[in-house]
Amino acid sequence: MANTYEYLDDRLGLSDLKALADKKTVPLHRGSYWYYWGGISLFCFIVQAVTGVLLLVYYRPGPEAYESVRQITNEIHFGWLIRSAHNWAANIFLFSTFVHMFSVFFMKAYRQPREFGWWSGIALLLLGMLFGFSGYLLPMDELAYFATKVGLEIPNAIPLIGPPIANLLRGGLEVSEFTVQRFFALHAVVLPALFLPLLMFHLYLVQRHGNALPVSEEAKPAAERKSIPFFPNFLAKDLAMWLITLNVIALMASLFPWQLGPPADLLKPAPLGIKPEWYFLSQFQTLKVIGQWIPGYAGEVFGMSLFTLGLVLWFLIPVFDTRSAKGNRARMATYFGIFVLTVLGLTTLWGYLAAA
Amino acid sequence: MSQEPNVAPYDSEPEDHSFTRRGFVKVALGGVCAAYGVAVAYPVYRYLNSPVEKAAAASKVREVKLPDADQLPKGSALMFKFGTAPALLIHHEDDTWVSMSAVCTHLGCTVEFQPAQSRIFCACHGGEYDARTGAVTGGPPPKALEVYTVTPMEGGMTITRS
Ligand code: FES
Repeated sequence: MANTYEYLDDRLGLSDLKALADKKTVPLHRGSYWYYWGGISLFCFIVQAVTGVLLLVYYRPGPEAYESVRQITNEIHFGWLIRSAHNWAANIFLFSTFVHMFSVFFMKAYRQPREFGWWSGIALLLLGMLFGFSGYLLPMDELAYFATKVGLEIPNAIPLIGPPIANLLRGGLEVSEFTVQRFFALHAVVLPALFLPLLMFHLYLVQRHGNALPVSEEAKPAAERKSIPFFPNFLAKDLAMWLITLNVIALMASLFPWQLGPPADLLKPAPLGIKPEWYFLSQFQTLKVIGQWIPGYAGEVFGMSLFTLGLVLWFLIPVFDTRSAKGNRARMATYFGIFVLTVLGLTTLWGYLAAA
Repeated sequence: MSQEPNVAPYDSEPEDHSFTRRGFVKVALGGVCAAYGVAVAYPVYRYLNSPVEKAAAASKVREVKLPDADQLPKGSALMFKFGTAPALLIHHEDDTWVSMSAVCTHLGCTVEFQPAQSRIFCACHGGEYDARTGAVTGGPPPKALEVYTVTPMEGGMTITRS
């Protein structure tokens, strides 16, 4: 045992890692609870990768997409469970990433020197939503078909370059087997290839700068601040959180298995009350409402510009918020965050009620 | 954050009676981990093994009906699937019918009936079998090909194995 450790240590520098882990601490305060959400997202991503590879074993993109998902769901042992876990973990991933992002926002953890953590995090969230969008089509059932059809109207609304982009994404003028095939390439190859290095970068920054303290906590004298060692104490709690997440995924996946609707059919009308997944509901509802004010193409363009503007502002908050950068309370930034959260929440709720 | 952070001991239980307690916690923790491991590994195993189970069930087939097989010209052979594996039906020049496994007993290549030499040949390592009995007549195969029973039926042949 001791010899093996020495052998490996000489060659891999294990004790350096251990020294690093020993030195690392995690601040302990009223808001410490929020530190877990990034870890939960990470765990969900790992579940996604594992269940994704498992689905890859039987999934066949292209014209057979629906049939292969039907086989996975109905014929392969535990196929329904793996598929369901992949879906639930995706939803929990996006949910916990949203929570993580807002907790970072309200702790003003995007402040110098953590700007790149904020930026890479938003990029990861956007990639996560693209994962969701591209993955949603893969079963090629009715809902998937219409969700994609509607979703592709968004790039379509960009003036001039929009329609060719939408056609390229679609691989034709209608959502078809070509769309599934290229969405699959996006979902299983392109997006992971972008996501993984970005995730490594994000985690590197977390390791480099440590957990951020909220402004209120930072104002306290050093002697009053508390923290716990990362190893093993915080890690143990983190792993416990992962275990809870695993249980939640398993529970949801078995109690509410993901359904497979009737196969997509070009000639069938859209089912009543159709709405996108919750993470696109806010945009969906906003576009719908704007569409009633400003009918037609102009409304779509206006809505899209509004989203883009909001996203850019949100993205650039570390640049704007100079007050909390200096360690002062920044009420404006907090209000902005509350505003964004409220708008997102209300439009999502509205979308639900409107569809129900 | 240049100051040394103030580290509060997170779990400071007294050391005296902790040996047995620690031991118990270790065993319990190990047990829980093992249970989770099994709970995850079992569905994954069954999931990946699904087609294997299906194939195993299909390979248990004892009888195959070959409609129209009686049209097979003399001196030629027909390949068919017996369960999941390839098999041969040979119509010899003297109007006898022979059926046998087409899986070489050496390393599993699919064999071929060669009417000119009236033999069964395996191209992988040059294995040779007798086209009537399936016995090895040359090359590396360790044992004969399994021979099946051929029974003529209305408009075809029925192949059975014991
Ligand atoms: S596999 Fe047929 S001779 Fe080797």
